[in-house]
Amino acid sequence: MNSKSDDPMHIAPELLESLEKKGVSRRDFIKWCTGMAALLALPSSFIPRIAEAVASQKPYLVWLEYQDCAGDTEALLRATKPTVSQIILDIFSVEYHETIMAPSGFAAEKSLEDVVKNQKGKYFAVVEGSIPLKDNGVYCCIGGKSAIDIVREVCGNAAATLAVGTCATHGGIPAAAPNPTGAVGVQEAVPGATVVNLPGCPLNVENLTATIVHYLTLGRLPQTDRLGRPLFAYGKRIHDNCERRGHFDAGQYVQKWGDEGHRQGWCLYEMGCKGPETFHNCPTVKYNEGTSWPVQAGHGCIGCSEPHFWDSMSPFYGRLPNVPGFGVEKTADKIGAGLAAATAAGLAIHAVGRAVSSGKKDKE
Amino acid sequence: MKDKKEIVYVWEFPVRFTHWINVLCLLALSVTGLYIGNPYTLAQSSSQYIMGWMRFIHFVAAYAFLMSIIIRIYWFIFGNKYAGLSEWAPFSGKRIGEIADDLRCYLFCCKRTKAHIGHSALGGLSYLLLLAVFFFMVFSGFALYSVNHTGAVWTVLGGWMTNVMYLQTIRLWHHLLMYAIFAFTLIHIYLVLFTESIEETGIFNSIITGDKFIPEKDLE
Repeated sequence: MNSKSDDPMHIAPELLESLEKKGVSRRDFIKWCTGMAALLALPSSFIPRIAEAVASQKPYLVWLEYQDCAGDTEALLRATKPTVSQIILDIFSVEYHETIMAPSGFAAEKSLEDVVKNQKGKYFAVVEGSIPLKDNGVYCCIGGKSAIDIVREVCGNAAATLAVGTCATHGGIPAAAPNPTGAVGVQEAVPGATVVNLPGCPLNVENLTATIVHYLTLGRLPQTDRLGRPLFAYGKRIHDNCERRGHFDAGQYVQKWGDEGHRQGWCLYEMGCKGPETFHNCPTVKYNEGTSWPVQAGHGCIGCSEPHFWDSMSPFYGRLPNVPGFGVEKTADKIGAGLAAATAAGLAIHAVGRAVSSGKKDKE
Repeated sequence: MKDKKEIVYVWEFPVRFTHWINVLCLLALSVTGLYIGNPYTLAQSSSQYIMGWMRFIHFVAAYAFLMSIIIRIYWFIFGNKYAGLSEWAPFSGKRIGEIADDLRCYLFCCKRTKAHIGHSALGGLSYLLLLAVFFFMVFSGFALYSVNHTGAVWTVLGGWMTNVMYLQTIRLWHHLLMYAIFAFTLIHIYLVLFTESIEETGIFNSIITGDKFIPEKDLE
């Protein structure tokens, strides 16, 4: 594998041959490596490095799932480009994943314990779902242990923990007000652990793969923002890469679902699109083999990769949040107009009062 | 009330200047802000740039507004005694008592006997509260702006707020307090006219010329 030529783009033929034997075509593999380099914004000279790194290592991975809908697992299983999931299953030794693993019961739990014991500091932990802390974490228990106890042990001993989906990164929907189980994300549950946050509802598996490829290729985790999200995936605002941005700047808006503007593909800002406050690479990477993403399909962004989006980004079909304490039907503008009207009325009454009182004084 | 009146130069140039800059900025900010917060299709074609211009005007006016606030705060210190912070903030018991008197006057419980040279106590307090609203508008505005303008300047001017409040909550209050400023403006104009009719000191013109006509008996 070290027989490099002077060509920086050279990928060892032995490597490609061995992959061909496993059923991964040379063409698909190089395409995949190129796609990963592009996603990570690495120059093309990294393509052979990615190829080598991915083919030469087989890290252990455990996938833990707590309070969620298994949407991130679904996203993983439906990963685009079937050959890629093949590659991933091949590069990883997936030791534990409740939804897809063969063992059950004590055997399943033992495989998790073995990884934590034998691969200490070397394995990856992927966490999906939020961790309840209220009442000693009693609301989510697996094999007689609470989620928080498992996470402390497994994530605390991992090389890195990848929190996938907004539930695992910031509590997500289980943490929505009033958060009955005291749900939190991994970073908050295990403050000492090395955590990379990959929020989304669900996450885009391309970003999970790219994060791992980054680690395998460069030996370190990708640079993150203040919310622990990799900058390559969450460094740009949806609004700034949106294909409908031209209509926003021009001043062309969808006013009603199905109206002329909606049919023309105009901006969804008025329909409550949260693209202007959401950071994610949806517009560029998209979903389902790069087929589409919500805004392309005619639905505004709901800000699912931002912390506490269920509380802070709702109503999903309104520009502004509802005003607390005024009932859900009242919007800010109605209240503002009401205040202005009340002021005008107050002033009118004052003017009348003044006329009356000065009239009295004149009589005196 | 046929007292001899004396001309007093009350509002110095920076006070008048910032007042009118504020008026222009608030007008521009409100008109563009209302559109930005609740846009409708004005464009005939995609090659137009209506929202782009609205936002551009909003941001330029915001910077001008901030500069105006900075000049006015500077003038708290270096201006005459009618421009100082003590004219706004009721520091003394006497001043607090005057607020009660002003309120009674506005509620027709008693008649105002003495013309104010500078601000009335209640008026001054309302400007202090308005300044607080202005501060919130500046910080919240720059907090929203900082979302795609990451730099130390915007972090200091408002980006820090995103660590304290949800972005959407900031957006909501930025929107709601605009209406508070509308309400203030209505009351402000009304009470200036009202005061003029009682005191007859030329208060309405004084924000242009700076001069007020104070009855000799009311000069301290």
